[in-house]
Amino acid sequence: MAEQQASSIRQNDSSDALPDFRNLGVITRILLAVNAAAFAAAAVRGQGIADIAAQFFEIAFWVEPALFANLAALYAASAALARPRYATGFTCTLIVAAAVTAALFEAQALLGHAVGRVTLISGVASAAALAAFLLEYFRLRNRAFSPALAEARLQALQARIRPHFLYNSLNAVLALIRREPKRAEAALEDMAELFRSLMADNRRLIPLREEIALCRQYLNLEHLRLGERLRVEWSVDAGAEDALVPPMLLQPLVENAVYHGVEPGLAAGVIDIRIGLDRDRIRVTLSNPYHPEHQHRQGNRMALANIRERLALHFDVEADLTTRIESERYRIDMVMPYRRAP
Amino acid sequence: MTPLRVLIVDDESPARERLRELLDDCRAEVAHIVVGEAANGLEGTEFLSANAADVALVDIHMPGMSGIEFARHIQVLETPPAVVFVTAHDQYAVEAFELNAVDYLLKPIRASRLAAALKKAAAGVRITTEVLERLDPHPRRFFSAGERGRVTLVPVADVVFVKAGLKYVSLHTREREYLVEESLTRLEQEFAALFVRIHRNCLIARRAVRGFERMAGEESDAGWAVVLEGCEEKLPVSRRQWAQVKALLKA
Repeated sequence: MAEQQASSIRQNDSSDALPDFRNLGVITRILLAVNAAAFAAAAVRGQGIADIAAQFFEIAFWVEPALFANLAALYAASAALARPRYATGFTCTLIVAAAVTAALFEAQALLGHAVGRVTLISGVASAAALAAFLLEYFRLRNRAFSPALAEARLQALQARIRPHFLYNSLNAVLALIRREPKRAEAALEDMAELFRSLMADNRRLIPLREEIALCRQYLNLEHLRLGERLRVEWSVDAGAEDALVPPMLLQPLVENAVYHGVEPGLAAGVIDIRIGLDRDRIRVTLSNPYHPEHQHRQGNRMALANIRERLALHFDVEADLTTRIESERYRIDMVMPYRRAP
Repeated sequence: MTPLRVLIVDDESPARERLRELLDDCRAEVAHIVVGEAANGLEGTEFLSANAADVALVDIHMPGMSGIEFARHIQVLETPPAVVFVTAHDQYAVEAFELNAVDYLLKPIRASRLAAALKKAAAGVRITTEVLERLDPHPRRFFSAGERGRVTLVPVADVVFVKAGLKYVSLHTREREYLVEESLTRLEQEFAALFVRIHRNCLIARRAVRGFERMAGEESDAGWAVVLEGCEEKLPVSRRQWAQVKALLKA
């Protein structure tokens, strides 16, 4: 059993990654887990409620400063730790945890709180053990979410690029071949790139710039079919294009906007896409005309659920997606932390 | 043989272009001329009210009204064209076509399939109104009245009440009334969400109800009449429907 676990830690699956130590959700989980462990240790040692409380404060006196120093160190080292292979990152994290804890204990000793050799060793060992346990927890949590990623890929092929879109686009390109072969060529090139992105490994974050380019290629194709009926207004804040986002974050939403918002309308429909950068947050707002009589069409909810899951996986509690209907327009708001692409 | 007169109904202009090219390709096989193009069901209906056609190639997925609803409306014409449905991908419609043995073309269309469909239409194969009703699972957006060789479309939302006469059913809007060949029972089923029956021979629009008035006389055995917005006529409520109708005002 222990051997199995050890080998699974060594396994360097491409989906395994260290958690983002700058994420609020990750920090909260670490705080809770370490305090729970401290309390459990106190409960084992103490006899009676008063004694357990006393033991807990005794342990907390040593644990809390080390915990916060560790969180600060990991926060600072987060980017550097994420770069090497998972196994290397894992080992480095344990070393950081052990070293920071040892340093903190020594510092407290300098301040006049005598620290025994046994306390020092057991403290450093517990820090390393807790770090290993938590990393394994985050790895398994990541694994538990990865069906969502695999599914995203499958859905992209099966449902996102709706057969309706594929066949209609092919038909539109066929219509161009005899009269405007050059435009037909460009359309097929857009289509090839769109499908290449869809079939790519979409587990890693990409710069928003790439996702916007993908949306534009998709919209070029739709423009071919829908002509003047499709109008798109973009507004992208300077710097926002450098943000790292999950791939296929916007395209499925833009496709839904065309399908539910523009196609059912007799008049031209405007899709409004705004990407704002305010300090450390990226805000995406997408709106399209709302046609209540067309809501029986499925697909929208599936795409939204998948995007929500992937936002939760990458950004935990720091990302949010909401939808509403406002003055006859359907509106989606997304917020996520701003992480700049290197 | 006189050439077939073909009407193209599709909301996407490249799709209409493509159909024209394919029709050109199979001209040697089936003699035909394209008499018109329409970008939606409303334009198509307007065209057929003024011009004759033998075949309509109709896309299913269109704004305003579906291709299937369009096909239903043009059946009130004296000699409606044969309808050939075209779709890129519509699982539900395709299943319904198969089930009811209705011919259809899949986009991208092959010239050979198009020629075969035209030949079939030339041979006089028509879809019946009963089959069309079965194909469309959604309530219509319009009623269609056939008047002097024209199709008049009446938006369902404009109709205040529907009354059954001896031979026809009449639709009453704020402005006027239209005679249609429909059955009150079928309308009641199709538009259960919008209309409610108040009498053996009458359905009213739920949203138009303003109140009730006392009414004496034989017609209303319940002793009440409905007052509708934008309508002078007082419509008697039968005793059988009274409880159900009364509940409307509370809702």
